[in-house]
Amino acid sequence: MRSFTYERAVAAQAAVAAAARDGAKFISGGTNLLDLMKLGIERPTHLVDISRLPLRDIEELPGGGLRIGAQAPNSDVAADIRVRTRYPVLTQALVSGASGQLRNKASTGGNLVQRTRCPYFYDTAAACNKREPGAGCAAIGGYNRTHAVLGAGSSCIATHPSDMAVALTALEAEIELLGPGASVRRVGIADFYRLPGDTPHIETVLRPAEMITSVLLPPPPPGRQLYRKVRDRASYEFALVSVAAVVSAGQGTIDSARVALGGVATVPWRAVEAEAALRGRPATTATYRAAAEAAMRDAVGQGHNDFKIELARRTLCRTLAQAAQPVRSG
Amino acid sequence: MITGRALNRVDGPLKVTGRATYAYEQWEAGRPLYGVVVGATIGKGRITRIETAGAERAPGVRMVLTHRNAPAQGPRDESVQFEYWRAQPVLTGPDVRHHGEPVAFVVATTFEQARGAAGLVRVEYAEGRGRFDFAAHEAEAYVPEVVNAGLPADTAVGDFAAGFAGAPVRIDRRYTTPYAFSMPMEPHACLAEPRGEDLVVHVSCQIVDAAWASVAATLGIAPERVHIVSPYVGGGFGSKLGVHAETILAALAARELRRPVKVALTRQQLFQLVGLRPTSSQRVRLGAGRDGRLAAIAHDVTMHTSPDVEYAEQTAATSRSLYAAPHRATSHRLTPLDLPRGADVRAPGEAPGLLAVESAMDELADALGMDPVELRIRNEPDVDPERGVPYSDRHLVDCLREGARRFGWKHRPATPASVREGRWLVGYGMSAAIRGHFQGPTAVRVRLEPDGTAVVRTDMTDLGTGTYTILTQVAADGLGLPPDRVRTELGRSGYPRSWGSGGSWGAANSATAADRACAALRGQLLDAARSDPRSPLYGSAPADAVFADGRVRVGDASEALDEIVRRHHPEGLEAVGETAFMGDDPNYAAYSIHTYGAHFAEVGVDADTAEVRLRRMLGVFSVGRVLNPKTARSQLIGGMIWGLGAALEEEAVVDPRSGAFVTRDLANYLIPVHADVPDVEAVILDGHDARANPLGAKGIGELGICGAGAAIANAVYNATGVRVRDFPITLEKLLPGLPVDV
Amino acid sequence: MSDSVTRAVGRSRDEGDRLTTVTLHVNHQERRLAVDPRTSLLDALREQLRLGGTKKGCDHGQCGACTVLVNGRRVNSCLTLAVMHEGDDVVTIEGLGDPGDLHPLQAAFVECDGFQCGYCTPGQIVSAVGMLGEVAAGWPSHATADVADPRIALTDEEIRERMSGNLCRCAAYPNIVAAIRGAAAGGPG
Repeated sequence: MRSFTYERAVAAQAAVAAAARDGAKFISGGTNLLDLMKLGIERPTHLVDISRLPLRDIEELPGGGLRIGAQAPNSDVAADIRVRTRYPVLTQALVSGASGQLRNKASTGGNLVQRTRCPYFYDTAAACNKREPGAGCAAIGGYNRTHAVLGAGSSCIATHPSDMAVALTALEAEIELLGPGASVRRVGIADFYRLPGDTPHIETVLRPAEMITSVLLPPPPPGRQLYRKVRDRASYEFALVSVAAVVSAGQGTIDSARVALGGVATVPWRAVEAEAALRGRPATTATYRAAAEAAMRDAVGQGHNDFKIELARRTLCRTLAQAAQPVRSG
Repeated sequence: MITGRALNRVDGPLKVTGRATYAYEQWEAGRPLYGVVVGATIGKGRITRIETAGAERAPGVRMVLTHRNAPAQGPRDESVQFEYWRAQPVLTGPDVRHHGEPVAFVVATTFEQARGAAGLVRVEYAEGRGRFDFAAHEAEAYVPEVVNAGLPADTAVGDFAAGFAGAPVRIDRRYTTPYAFSMPMEPHACLAEPRGEDLVVHVSCQIVDAAWASVAATLGIAPERVHIVSPYVGGGFGSKLGVHAETILAALAARELRRPVKVALTRQQLFQLVGLRPTSSQRVRLGAGRDGRLAAIAHDVTMHTSPDVEYAEQTAATSRSLYAAPHRATSHRLTPLDLPRGADVRAPGEAPGLLAVESAMDELADALGMDPVELRIRNEPDVDPERGVPYSDRHLVDCLREGARRFGWKHRPATPASVREGRWLVGYGMSAAIRGHFQGPTAVRVRLEPDGTAVVRTDMTDLGTGTYTILTQVAADGLGLPPDRVRTELGRSGYPRSWGSGGSWGAANSATAADRACAALRGQLLDAARSDPRSPLYGSAPADAVFADGRVRVGDASEALDEIVRRHHPEGLEAVGETAFMGDDPNYAAYSIHTYGAHFAEVGVDADTAEVRLRRMLGVFSVGRVLNPKTARSQLIGGMIWGLGAALEEEAVVDPRSGAFVTRDLANYLIPVHADVPDVEAVILDGHDARANPLGAKGIGELGICGAGAAIANAVYNATGVRVRDFPITLEKLLPGLPVDV
Repeated sequence: MSDSVTRAVGRSRDEGDRLTTVTLHVNHQERRLAVDPRTSLLDALREQLRLGGTKKGCDHGQCGACTVLVNGRRVNSCLTLAVMHEGDDVVTIEGLGDPGDLHPLQAAFVECDGFQCGYCTPGQIVSAVGMLGEVAAGWPSHATADVADPRIALTDEEIRERMSGNLCRCAAYPNIVAAIRGAAAGGPG
């Protein structure tokens, strides 16, 4: 880890100003940034500590939504009774990720911008376009069991690791950003992440020194919410496949559905084709299968991860079937 | 008797309060310098240029060692009998033999400075063509002269080919097991501290005597100048049998700089520098009659080895003593690859070998339509089928029957893939367990102080195995003292030499030696008292003496031990007990001495995703006499959970293009976590193996893992009808065979 | 702790790395430290305060051996910088009990043999303290059937899921769960 200078930000605007410095980076929970700094993958020369900014609260929004401060730890969000009752898919996603200790430290904003866990990204001796643009991608043609089958390109096949972001994708969350000069903008989560294309090192639409201040949850969509995570061991592991589903079914017909996938794509993946294949169709296995087929139609395996395509289909089918069950009363 | 009781660990209060000090946590030498190891970023080739100026100029840096300036070291000497006692020189030249091999070592005032400067060392390489791909080179294997533990590479009895050809039911399958790592929770660490011409080496190691010899030989200094200290060891599982680069580099730097230097490997470096379980390809052939009796067994194993340091895991040896069959053959072959060296990982041989053989036995039971427990009972041998000698104390069938009864084996689904509970496909599986028991030279000194307390000393280590506790128990019984009047001190060279902890021999060796030391002490005490007119025991008959409650009693007369000691030996009285190398103990030639067990597992397999989750597991074991049932059970359970890891999770993957392990941390090399482990129980049968040693105790530390993975694998087959022969059983290997209709 | 500050600052003049002063409340004692900004909380505890009970198992948040309580919450001390903890309360294993005066969880670990080598043990115990607080506060986990239900029953399944961030290679898991279950119920395990 190379030397850096450190400052603790006392106000959001000051933090953004400080981060405009060359080589500066925000640090919040630090659970991913320090991991990467120890390995020489992130090499900031100045750290702006934003963990004590007054951005930890979870507040009601007019109309029934919630505003989650970017510094709210993952644990707090998961345990918030409003999140648990109105957005259970978010709580389920959060508690399926990492460990109790990490969730106590990791912030909402930090979770969104965490980097991939591709082992070649983590190995500075291996070629990685994300780490070193133009260097090549060792995962292509390498050991790629955990890699993406959707949204990948010839420059990068690394998955986005977040569970939380998959749930937020299904919930159509918005992300509020504060930039230099007190500029504030909101970006829908679907527009926040960038596909790797030829620039896999640019992962989001964040501009230089721009800081995530909060995540806005619109009023909960109708229907039952479910997060299902598939992995090798029973806990403390990133997803091989995950599904966030919100399905509203009545009278044997699916009225509406939101579906997002994790562990299979280079970004948190909204399965719009699956949603289209569900809407207005009978709540039957055939419909779920058709939706799963649609979701994975463009999937491309890289060898070791070929299984993810069928695994995602099967996980989707089962999760949709569960989510489409009538909501219990009480 | 204190021995045999479930005494709590005597080192427990220190460990649960964080007061037990491991190698890196010693402060008596003052503030040390910090070392960081820089590893090669190629798998094979040569360093062409190494630029250290930037690192040397960095703040706080005291030294940068490379092959150009490393002190001369003794060569690895193959005339020394065991690898772990040999010199282990590092930074010896520009050649790179495997990915991560040390190319530089940076020492600085603080850890942050050393780590920062390590990132400034620039190395250029001429990359060579390495051999990294086991499958591609498997056919190029050679025959080793011997395999691990000095066993023959190949054995044959009868005529396997004829016996197999003539068998009405035949199984002929290939199983593969991955590279696997010990991964103790404490990374390998050393604090080397110069004291005048002497060097005190605080090191996390399993065998103090080996560390002592290896450090002295590598540094080329007189052994009496080297002092090894290893009171607490944060797990070893084979990877700390010898010392590695961290210890040698810390010692070299400490000598050069005349300052204490400490080094801990990073978790990632554990995947490069401390050895690994070789990958294996195992062909198992079983030929049986329709009654299930085996006519022929063959177990042929090919593994990788480092070209520089041969390591041949005794993976087929497990088949030599397990089942009866008139025609049998085993073989071991090695394929050199440019990877880190193979080395002992918990239950070397049995762990991968039984995964294969006990899976094959399940396949045979399936082919015969026979209960797998019954198949094993039917093949119980009368004598060791290869050596022709009797077993010392074999209770495999008892383990099988008791385990089947306790587990409810009769409820096993008779047809694979026939039981479904909600989303789970449910299956039962079982396996037999066997492991050879070894004995090695170990000495223990027991000293009785004038205050009536006893001190047990040996250079034996406690890796969590319970040595502190069992030696306290044995000595308490041996001298008739309450355990709180016995103190056990371990892990220092200069204490009587032991074979250390490894091979599951530590408890039996050190407990037997301690028991003998106590017997010698009792004799001395009694002689002193009986010949002393001032003693109430003057002239009494020694045969009737009873040592209890801190006194020796003959009939109605008695005297306190501390009084005898004070009167006759005011400085204290001590005696040394020893065990012999098994080759010098006639029992080990006359008998086949093993431990045994039977594992039973129930798994659930998600019908949609093929995720496998263990639901419950039981092991029943026969290990001779149990010195402490609490610590014994813990070790057995721990081993069983290692079996779970081997069956379902643990796999280190090499990128055949670079020779680097891709799965190089604890997020990618998966070991079981709490949530993977439901009810796991171990039951130990009462026993006493008088042929093993006078205490009747045998090894426990590795038996739990033996066969445990196969029981889980067989349960997965029972649940799904899918047989996976390529370990670990991850979901993508099951998925294609699961029912489509979800 | 003025001694350690003086020593550290003196070193910085020689060695050229800028140090930052930070005040921590460790095990209810105020400790003033001069640290390199790169120093993790874990290394500050182990190497500067010489509180070796908090262990370094992986240094990357993948094993839990370094678990401490910061302001009452369990965290991985390897993945946070010491300078970020100005004024924070830190409790390490040394702050829970002494060999002669064990915390109930420590006593339960001894009684249930919830460890072998002992290296992950401080992290397991500190994690368990934090975990039981989270359960008492009604936090849900991946093992909670209905995350909307504010009442959490401390089942073995809940303990296992919530403790999964603490690896134990000796695999004392069943005994650790028994110790936590017992201590939580008010017994010795």
